Amino acid sequence: MTPRRTQTGINHEAYLVRHLFDPDKLKQIPTRNGYGEGLVEAGKKDKNIMVLCADLTESTRSLAFKEAFPDRFVQLGVSEQSMASIAAGMAITGKVPFISSYACFSPGRNWEQIRTTVALQNSNVKIAGAHAGVSVGPDGATHQMIEDIAIMRVMPNMRVIVPCDSVETKKATLAISAAVGPCYFRFAREKSPVFTTDKTPFKIGHAETYRFGADVTIIGTGPLLYEALLAAQVLSVDHGIEARIINLHTIKPLDEKTIVKAAKETGAIVTVEEAQAAGGLGGVVAETLALHTPVPMERIGVQDRFGESGEPRELLENLGLTAPSIIQAVLTVLKRK
Amino acid sequence: MPNLTLGPRVRKPLHLHDRALKKLEERALTMRKDLITMLVEAGSGHSAGPLGMADIFTALYFHIMVHDPKKPNWELRDRLILSNGHICPIRYVAMAHAGYFPKSELMTLRKFGTRLQGHPERKKLPGVETTSGPLGSGSSQAVGMAYVGLLDRRPWRVYCVMSDGELEAGQTWEAMLFAGRNKLYNCTFIIDRNNIQIDGQTEEVMPLEPLQAKFEAFGLNVIRCAGNSIREFVSSVEHAHGVSEKPTVIIADTVPGYGVDFMEYDFSWHGKPPTFTEGKEALAWLRTLGGKIKSEHE
Repeated sequence: MTPRRTQTGINHEAYLVRHLFDPDKLKQIPTRNGYGEGLVEAGKKDKNIMVLCADLTESTRSLAFKEAFPDRFVQLGVSEQSMASIAAGMAITGKVPFISSYACFSPGRNWEQIRTTVALQNSNVKIAGAHAGVSVGPDGATHQMIEDIAIMRVMPNMRVIVPCDSVETKKATLAISAAVGPCYFRFAREKSPVFTTDKTPFKIGHAETYRFGADVTIIGTGPLLYEALLAAQVLSVDHGIEARIINLHTIKPLDEKTIVKAAKETGAIVTVEEAQAAGGLGGVVAETLALHTPVPMERIGVQDRFGESGEPRELLENLGLTAPSIIQAVLTVLKRK
Repeated sequence: MPNLTLGPRVRKPLHLHDRALKKLEERALTMRKDLITMLVEAGSGHSAGPLGMADIFTALYFHIMVHDPKKPNWELRDRLILSNGHICPIRYVAMAHAGYFPKSELMTLRKFGTRLQGHPERKKLPGVETTSGPLGSGSSQAVGMAYVGLLDRRPWRVYCVMSDGELEAGQTWEAMLFAGRNKLYNCTFIIDRNNIQIDGQTEEVMPLEPLQAKFEAFGLNVIRCAGNSIREFVSSVEHAHGVSEKPTVIIADTVPGYGVDFMEYDFSWHGKPPTFTEGKEALAWLRTLGGKIKSEHE
């Protein structure tokens, strides 16, 4: 639906949860759970779906699928490179394989195998990157994958999807299983607010507006989108600034139209992601704006550094990825408008 | 784990009669000549590997594999995975001879707009099962296909041609672990053991031997054979078909550049084509079988 210019506040047609800002009523569930549930449902619908896992069955939530369909679950051991190509071989033979591991290993370690045997061959392999972002926390920098969006979105034929909560992850898993062709999607280990519902629209390649506003647009991807909603609430109440919030769950294929329209209508953009801003969502949006509608822009994301051990919340705050930093970025970008 | 014990139906016998063997050997010689001509025309590409593998590709396409050049996507076909994609010219020659495409198309190798890419691409040329070139990923794709073949109880087999230098890539051994664990006996790996790679002799660059023991340790059945003897290679494949406990690897000892004396055993011919003059010399050598017979054109 097209918002009227005067419209502000939450988009009711996005069907977000009713108690959006009530921390007591808001459910906290890791996005990876949505993957587990989505896999089982997809497995029931399509007999050709197979799940491959590299020794991380429980933590990637592939376990539910393994229990429901033991014959279609394949254990690879710690062989991410081979896993990508084995999946390609299976896809060529008519299967729809999902490969599950931590994002730092898949697509981190097996990027070339994905490039050659999945993307170039355009084989129907789905790459599920678990434990993405810095919110893996205590595991430290080795396991905090923040470069995945950048390295995957430059691959021809590849779709890149970053769901924002467990409900959207489930929808994404189902949509991905039905879409023919290579796809990468990432999810997180840590619990995060469930703020969308079964009725919230989700379509690959179609950005959703969650909040109307005409002063600035915050484009977010992944669980940090909730921080953007919090920031917008504070901006509205304390500063009289009405921010539009866009959920850009699909990094590729990119919904350019929605981004350009938001840039034209609000004149300033802030991007929010739990990944390297350079090359990630921040990179995608900067490229789009530079090509079509140059407007001032600020990027909330990891700024060319690695993470480290720490509690998830502590890390997000330390890296400047939470609501206060988003508010600051909005105030900065508005000065440049 | 699903039960992967029901496998391919009984296959056609591979026994090779003398007359059939002679025809295959003649075919291999013609294929070598076409190979030289196409490499000279392309102006780049690999010579030693394709020449050394001409006999094996002849045996695969004209005696061993169940396939139909008119129906490259026929579900019941055997799958031939070429993991060391750089020797694709010999596969292209074999495919053209088998009737997948006109022989004249061989002259487009590596040229702009061709279906015969410098490294083979599945999406470009029907009949090419996988895109390859980056070494090590063919064996993984082969075991992925073989797994599905056994899971769905399909009758087709998977043959995966690999180079020896490629065995230095760790991914190969990830695939072998998987093949051994899942007893993928419908999968046969064929190693082009020619002892050369780009930088020199494999045993100097990075020693591979004892190869047989390595594969056995991964749970594979190992056969070592003379790779330039069609008879020996065919009987090795026959042997592989008879083993229903393990996947088989055939270590085919081949002579790089086989058939052209000045290319044989020389690693410098790994990655370059003959010049026009060298090509003429090579063709003369092949035509006269190394001076043993008089060429019809002399």
